[in-house]
Amino acid sequence: MAKTIDQRFDDLRQTRVWRSIFRSGAGSSTLKRALAIQQNVFLHLFSTKVRTRMLSFSATWYLGTLTLGTFLILVATGIPLMFYYHPSVPQAYADTKDLQFVVSSGLFLRNLHRWSAHAMVFLVFAHMFKVFYRGAYRTPREFNWVIGVVLLLITLLLSYTGYLLPWDQLAYWAITVGSNIASAVPLIGDKIHFLLLGGNAVNANALLRFYVLHCMILPLTAMIFVAMHFWRIRKDGGLYAHSSEPAVVRANASEFPTSPKTGEKWGTPSSLRAKEGQ
Amino acid sequence: MADSKDFIAGVDSNAKKSPRRIVFITRRTSAQVKAETEDQIQTFPEVLFRAAVAIMTLSVALVWISLLFNAPLEGLADPSHTPNPAKAPWYFLGLQEMLHYFPPVVAGVLVPGLVVMALIVIPYFRVNIEADGLFLKDREKRRRIFYVVAIALSIFLLLFNVYAALVPTLIIVGVMLLAAHSSPESPSAFRRYLAARPLSYWVMTWFLFELVVLTAIGTLFRGPGWSWVWPWQGS
Repeated sequence: MAKTIDQRFDDLRQTRVWRSIFRSGAGSSTLKRALAIQQNVFLHLFSTKVRTRMLSFSATWYLGTLTLGTFLILVATGIPLMFYYHPSVPQAYADTKDLQFVVSSGLFLRNLHRWSAHAMVFLVFAHMFKVFYRGAYRTPREFNWVIGVVLLLITLLLSYTGYLLPWDQLAYWAITVGSNIASAVPLIGDKIHFLLLGGNAVNANALLRFYVLHCMILPLTAMIFVAMHFWRIRKDGGLYAHSSEPAVVRANASEFPTSPKTGEKWGTPSSLRAKEGQ
Repeated sequence: MADSKDFIAGVDSNAKKSPRRIVFITRRTSAQVKAETEDQIQTFPEVLFRAAVAIMTLSVALVWISLLFNAPLEGLADPSHTPNPAKAPWYFLGLQEMLHYFPPVVAGVLVPGLVVMALIVIPYFRVNIEADGLFLKDREKRRRIFYVVAIALSIFLLLFNVYAALVPTLIIVGVMLLAAHSSPESPSAFRRYLAARPLSYWVMTWFLFELVVLTAIGTLFRGPGWSWVWPWQGS
């Protein structure tokens, strides 16, 4: 009998080379599937199990996942764009022109990078509002919400610094308008403005600074915070589902036994069962 | 002595759903027990597969957009030639619209600073955690506070001629008025829903509404000298 694709994949996962790379072997047992997550440096950020209910589209609209998707696209398109780009004046503009008209698929590469960047800003905002309206910032997830706010700011800065790089009129004046706001900070506004641009106006120094921030510092910072963000989801009890929260469960569980010492109610595993409200 | 022990131990084992767990719950420190037994699904492969499908769907959409629409590229940057209007990226146009009405230190520093602060502290306020309907307790007192705040905010916006922000504010105030006169016993499902909305919901919804309206105005309806133009008028 011919083997199915699944079986062939299982055979592959059983080979010595595969096991040497991924550590966990084949098999569809709960243990093997848990190990596939736990023993992978990237995947171990996630829980080994997810509440089935949280997979439905309406629970999250997959906004966090999609935001990660745009970030991955931006990294994948951003690196080849760097191959064709010099952060100097006026070479930056010439390079962008070359991307449009000379480099093969350069136009597509730049389009995809730019539209994905807009999509990411939009998705980050949408993700934040969705999380808010679900009340998913509640204990113990407070700090993950704060990390999320930091990621929103990093996303805006990433998009903003990238905006200057084509060095066209649109870029130049958008950054001029935006950076002038920094000057409005009381007392140290002009100093911040100077620090940001490396001068009193948008110039070659500003382009270099924005390039370094855009391609190096901000993406690395974003990755660190994204890793913390994912890891905290697991640590804080998985994707938020209101009726599964310990406080709600305790309030619902009427069969709690009473402490013989104090008369307070407290729970045992059998009585800590959630009463499904939804 | 069995009575003197300060904890309860329990064993839960269901090999299909979860490995065996032994739980000790002491009276004083209530451990963060996995409190539910609802259906769970393995992340590998089911959840990863779904995430991959979601990301691929998005990628296909973005690839199509990138094939059909070109990213804008204007002439070489020219510091001596200011375009009119000079616009920031779209997600800052709400702020730029505010700059049109208020001094930079207010619209550019104070407002965004306060918004970020407000976002950060949301989960640290008990009122946001309990999330009771705004007008359910102390109804009369809360209504009075609401009236004062709504009228003060409207007059403030009126004084600075910020009609772009006043209109959304008045709409939200109108809906809140309805909520203030609704109760959980209301026959209409919509009014029962409104009555149960907490303070944070109203503030956030107002913020979201303003954000969308101001950004849309800054993006679509502003022309030379930041004057009002209709999108179809062109420049």
